Amino acid sequence: MPIHDQGYRRYGGEKARTGTGWMVITRAGLRTFFAKRAFLGLLLASWAPFFVRAVQIYAAANLPQAQMLAPTADTFRQFLDQQQTFVFFITVYVGAGLIANDRRANALQIYLSKPLTRAEYIFGKLAILMTFLAIVTWLPAIVLLVVQISFAGNFTFLANNLFLFPAITVFSFIMVTMVATAMLALSSLSNSSRYVGILYAAVIFFTQAIYGVVYAVTRSTSMSWISFSANLSQIGDVIFRQTPKYETPWPVSLLMIALVLGLSAFVLERRVRGVEVVA
Amino acid sequence: MPEAAPVVTLDGVTVAYGANRALRDVTSSFAAGAVGLLGPNGAGKSTMIKSLLGFIVPESGRMRVLGYDVAESPLEIRARVGYMPESDAHIPGMNAVSFVAYCGELAGLPRVDAMQRAHEVLFYVGLGEARYRNVETYSTGMKQRIKLAQALVHDPDLLFLDEPTNGMDPKGRDEMLELVRDLAHNKGVNLILSSHLLPDVEYTCDHVVVMDKGSIATAGPIEALKQPRGRVYELRVKAPGGDVGPFLQKLRTAGLDCHATDEDVMRVFVPGEGGARELFALASAEHVQVRHLRPSVPTLEDVFAHAVGEE
Repeated sequence: MPIHDQGYRRYGGEKARTGTGWMVITRAGLRTFFAKRAFLGLLLASWAPFFVRAVQIYAAANLPQAQMLAPTADTFRQFLDQQQTFVFFITVYVGAGLIANDRRANALQIYLSKPLTRAEYIFGKLAILMTFLAIVTWLPAIVLLVVQISFAGNFTFLANNLFLFPAITVFSFIMVTMVATAMLALSSLSNSSRYVGILYAAVIFFTQAIYGVVYAVTRSTSMSWISFSANLSQIGDVIFRQTPKYETPWPVSLLMIALVLGLSAFVLERRVRGVEVVA
Repeated sequence: MPEAAPVVTLDGVTVAYGANRALRDVTSSFAAGAVGLLGPNGAGKSTMIKSLLGFIVPESGRMRVLGYDVAESPLEIRARVGYMPESDAHIPGMNAVSFVAYCGELAGLPRVDAMQRAHEVLFYVGLGEARYRNVETYSTGMKQRIKLAQALVHDPDLLFLDEPTNGMDPKGRDEMLELVRDLAHNKGVNLILSSHLLPDVEYTCDHVVVMDKGSIATAGPIEALKQPRGRVYELRVKAPGGDVGPFLQKLRTAGLDCHATDEDVMRVFVPGEGGARELFALASAEHVQVRHLRPSVPTLEDVFAHAVGEE
């Protein structure tokens, strides 16, 4: 009987072309988190508001006494606002260690010694967090729209609010991209995921607190651009054709979001390297 | 038989960290096969490897790896090389087989092939029984082995091994050197072994590039470099008053290289045909007693000491 050679053998198969490495990173990241029970619990909890809204839509569609619960475009805007709590927890749970853990384990030099650019590495990591955030924002909102159509048994609501699908998609994309990019940049600043989580929470709450103090002094909302979350809220209102909550012009809020993205990209460009050079 | 083309060439490469120049106008080439990159700590060995991988962009100069220009085709190069870093490095939260398979996928292997090869290389490096353990629980020696496994999984044409025996116990070190030697001599993998340990390089490599202070001190086939252009002796002397300093000075003035090995034994390289007679004459002139004199064969240590001007 032949003995199987467990020595080193040359590889004769095909190799994938370069440029696909980010998908390997994303796939592995998604698998890792889906294997964690605590995370699955969090993901399940983040869908609880969806079920409440679904019951509300069902009641409005089927019970004449519950007509006041009938959904409007604002229902979807409010739903995405509510989901921001889960966005926060998932961002901290998933995002804090995405690069910080790799830095702690010196994994960057392993990644970047493979046929993988720094941009692919960053995009692969970003896609992990963005996927999970889309699962708690865009996906339930779209499913809610489908639920509304199903329970109503007609397309009247959708036809009257044709902007809802692009509005949900655009606002979810802006929110998810901004939050994920900012968290990834913070994650690249430290080797400790705990520290990164605290830092992220500090950024969110500190900017909100500063705005709160400014508002208390001036009684004006024109300085809302200071707050990370107020900028998102302002853009959300404009996208959903609601009256904006703050006096800050929406282009200023959009500019602040672009600034956060630009700053995050700058930090990532500086921090994600195969070797850290201290001159 | 015509000599194979070099796998790595450097042409006037200068790398600086701020004001500190880690590589100074380095021009060299690495032959196919096993090449040792030898030098004391801080000589620029790791910087050279990281530059060849594209981690560090040189101030000036050009580098080619396996025929590709490092500045123009870094991804093509990284698809065909394996890198075993000097420091501990792993992907957190993975067991060994997942980690190595993941590295294979990153290098472009299909998922099934990557997993199959991960098992194979883990057996090859001696981690077969521990392949389902989390890498973070591994000992230093096991971490060295897994770094080699992840560098090998995609079957590279060229391996960069940065201090592969660091932190290993003597048995583990011998096994690692056996693996490196086997890869180079039986499996047809070209490799560049960076080390400050002369025996490691001498055991595993056919060629050596000796670096010192960011420059190439000497390079060539080890056997050729060890060819005597004179004679080497082990020498122990007793000097008046116990001070051998003036005698050593006399030897160096006469053009003889000498460097200490043990406490009181030195290795002396006598160029030309003078041999022991010249040594005795110099000892006599300095009133130094020769207590021990034995002809020796040149080692890589002599080459290294000569190249970096070590005393």
